[in-house]
Amino acid sequence: MKTISKAGLLFFICMQTLVSAPVKVVNMDTLLKETTAGKNDTLYVVNFWATWCAPCVKELPAFQTMYTKFAPQKVKMIFVSLNTIKDNATVEKFAKQHDLKPEVLLLDAGNPNVWINKVDTTWSGTIPATAMYRMGKKVYFHEGDFTEDQLKNIIQLKLSEK
Amino acid sequence: MKNLAILAAAVVLMSSFITAGYNVGDKAVDFKLQNIDGKMVSMADFKSAKGFIITFTCNHCPFAKAYEDRIIALNAKYAPLGYPVIAINPNDPKQVEEDSYVNMQKRAKEKSFTFPYLIDETQEVTRTFGAAHTPHIYIVQKSGTDYVVKYIGAIDDNSGDATAVKEKYAEKAVDALLAGKSVNPSSTKAVGCSIKWKS
Repeated sequence: MKTISKAGLLFFICMQTLVSAPVKVVNMDTLLKETTAGKNDTLYVVNFWATWCAPCVKELPAFQTMYTKFAPQKVKMIFVSLNTIKDNATVEKFAKQHDLKPEVLLLDAGNPNVWINKVDTTWSGTIPATAMYRMGKKVYFHEGDFTEDQLKNIIQLKLSEK
Repeated sequence: MKNLAILAAAVVLMSSFITAGYNVGDKAVDFKLQNIDGKMVSMADFKSAKGFIITFTCNHCPFAKAYEDRIIALNAKYAPLGYPVIAINPNDPKQVEEDSYVNMQKRAKEKSFTFPYLIDETQEVTRTFGAAHTPHIYIVQKSGTDYVVKYIGAIDDNSGDATAVKEKYAEKAVDALLAGKSVNPSSTKAVGCSIKWKS
């Protein structure tokens, strides 16, 4: 009996590693709580995207490159997908196929007319959009895409600010 | 140095594009755009209309698709009351083939659109309105010969699930206008696909 349960447990663990977990769903308040928690000198780079958004997908490699480049420094990159939560499997598959390195989250935020302004009042709601947080507050917001150099420059600038 | 000047000029030009657009209370200029049946359409053509639900939408965007049936329903409800829908595709088909004129005709047929579906070939109208994404709606009210912008933004508060909608912003706005009341909220935000500008 004991052996069976052990085998069962082993099988369960194997399955867990083979079948990746669904994408974690967050709401905007939880997300902002993490990125603006305390006097934390980590630079949070939050990219809002969706699997169906062509300009978003196009700029993902730039973020991937910067993820690797800034890995030794205090930078935390988060990809927040605005796909509907029904698309969880799609986002999970996409993340796997594209080998997305930063943490991928799915936003279940309710009324966009409320949460868009929580990110930035100048945001029209168009994606891609990127917000950066450091020392407990938002330090940057950009609606639109980035080239690799633009992204590198802004991360460097924000990291250098006291 | 010359390059820098050109760059500076380009930046100024770009920012003027970004900041352009109507605010609530502005007078909208009438347009003349080609419909999927080949005819040109203007607001002035609708003699008995009290106003319009001008909807920047397109074929390819998942959010626009999610709202197609709701746009059809808006027109069915409000065209008889004097506020027809006029849909405008703002996208450059060279960027997204799915938004080409032929594909607009196809989609309108498939979905039996009961309203004009216009192509903004030069993207001038889209720029003048200041539409940022699809779908993006502007509700205008006729006042004499003027078209006054009364509402800008989302159709409702839930793009993903029409059955879970709590706030029907567009309907609320038109209802208020029909009742002679002020529109509140008069502008809302929604997630959408960026306008595909000509490069």
